[in-house]
Amino acid sequence: MATVYRPEPAVATEQRTPGHILKRILERLPLHLVLIGMILLWSLPTVALLISSFREPQAIASPGWWTSLEQGWHFTTSNYEQVLEARGMGRAFVNSLLITVPATILVLLFAAMAAYAVAWMDFPFRNALFLLMVALLVVPLQMTLIPVLRLYNQLAIDVTVPIIGGRLFGTSSYLGIWLAHAAYGMPFAIYLLRNFFGSLPRDLFESAYLDGASDTRVFFRIVLPLSMPALAALAIFQFLWVWNDLLVALILLGDPNLAPMTLRITNLVSSFGSQYQLLTAAAFISMVVPLIIFFALQRYFVQGILAGAVKG
Amino acid sequence: MIGRKPWVPWLWMSPALLLLSVYLVYPVLDTLRRSLLDRRSDSWVGLDNYRFIIENPRPLVGDTHSALLNNLLWLVLFPLIAVPVGLILAVLTSRVRYEAVAKSAVFIPMAVSFVAAAVIWRFMYEFNPNIGTLNALVQEIGGDRTAWLQNPNAPYIWLTERGPDSLPGPLQLNNFSIVVVAVWMWTGFTLVVLSAGLKSISTEVLEAARVDGANEWQIFRRIIIPILSPTIVVVTTTLVIQSLKIFDLVWVMTGGRFETDVVATLFFKQAFVVRDFGVGAALAVVLLLAVVPVMVISIRRFQFQEEIR
Repeated sequence: MATVYRPEPAVATEQRTPGHILKRILERLPLHLVLIGMILLWSLPTVALLISSFREPQAIASPGWWTSLEQGWHFTTSNYEQVLEARGMGRAFVNSLLITVPATILVLLFAAMAAYAVAWMDFPFRNALFLLMVALLVVPLQMTLIPVLRLYNQLAIDVTVPIIGGRLFGTSSYLGIWLAHAAYGMPFAIYLLRNFFGSLPRDLFESAYLDGASDTRVFFRIVLPLSMPALAALAIFQFLWVWNDLLVALILLGDPNLAPMTLRITNLVSSFGSQYQLLTAAAFISMVVPLIIFFALQRYFVQGILAGAVKG
Repeated sequence: MIGRKPWVPWLWMSPALLLLSVYLVYPVLDTLRRSLLDRRSDSWVGLDNYRFIIENPRPLVGDTHSALLNNLLWLVLFPLIAVPVGLILAVLTSRVRYEAVAKSAVFIPMAVSFVAAAVIWRFMYEFNPNIGTLNALVQEIGGDRTAWLQNPNAPYIWLTERGPDSLPGPLQLNNFSIVVVAVWMWTGFTLVVLSAGLKSISTEVLEAARVDGANEWQIFRRIIIPILSPTIVVVTTTLVIQSLKIFDLVWVMTGGRFETDVVATLFFKQAFVVRDFGVGAALAVVLLLAVVPVMVISIRRFQFQEEIR
């Protein structure tokens, strides 16, 4: 291990002779080998998926995906075309967006309001209430589904919503799944935002209040603009959670026309278990949005993880 | 604000409180109640549902012992692999110029859904060596292919010298196969958090140790690990909670078949397949009781941090 952890020599500038450089490269070779090995190991499953999704249907079952690199260029996009057209994946993609975007906005707005109250207003049992809200993080999501399902069946409003479809409320309704996702994301959101709001400078609030600014004004003009990094991190998290969710959609959305991508792919897995070319293409389509978000907003994503994990 | 009406804070919190009460608090109370009622939630049965979990009378429908043991295995194995691997990677990546690339490669699986991860890994674990990458590799080096997800037993060749061709309870091969996927998905998280902690260690401390003649192993063991220990605890706690609540991954990989059920998947089956709400609710309560101590410890630490803020 000692060679692996060899530091940059403090006097490196004085030792730039060819012999020393060679020695240094050899010393650091195990480090690079281990790291590059790890990178390859971690990427291998995803790369296998990507290559397979572009292979021709008859080729996929015969020799493994790794041989396609030796055999020259026989790739096709027909799997993607087939999945997007025939298997209703296009509609599922739109459904995923229709579910995810409002659910994300709802959790941001409601959690920010609650976090503002907990961070900057005085009222009895303030900290106890905050801890209680955060403690709800322990509740396993599956545990809540049966009671919520019963509630939805009792409170269903069977009116078809124009344009986006589904019922107004209950199972198979967009409003129902938005509120559920907003609630499930709430403990973490309040926790993250309360920590961030609490760290804003006190003087800012005091002078604003002295000037007669209302809570609404302070909230929209001071708190929200200053908290963009935290809000962005939270938005990414919530977006990914809802986009990647299977369970809530499985239980609370009965109508197959409203099914998001995760649900559609799971059905593909059970009905076309061996048609790997379609599965791989479908899986990759579902990964595109999270990966774009991840690469575009990586900085905020990491900040969000750190704010949530390290401060706690 | 001076002279704020007493109901104003509650107004601001009302949407959040309403959502939390309906979707989290009420279901927990309802589940507690149902765990003391019979399978249709009609009549009072006392602690019979909990006795069912302990006595395990119908292991073919829902093996509660196997589920509890599997959860225990998750609890131990998942943090035990993901945290050290993340720590080692954090130290190693901090020493190379392609740090960002290396971290991204490990971190990407975090952005992928369980469903997509399941497709990716079924592809790796596929029995047919013309499709399954792992079996192709195993055959290439001269081993026998294995049904990684279906086979509760270890591959024959690994155990022939040690006698019985099966491992006890939770030490099944297919449990390990699913834990590997979880490690693949979550090591990025441990890596990023630990790497941020590592960056906060001042280079002067490390340089001073080097000048005093400490080797790199000593620095790792005596300086880096002690300074990072609070962060390591946070990361481990998060993974412990994750592994107690683990559901999606097992559900999409095997559906809990081949003796891979954990408490959460068994609960789901009892509630939605067997339709025994009593036992299902009792399993959910067991799960909740297991998570609560972990959370209490986290909250204690939060309060401590508030005091020193």
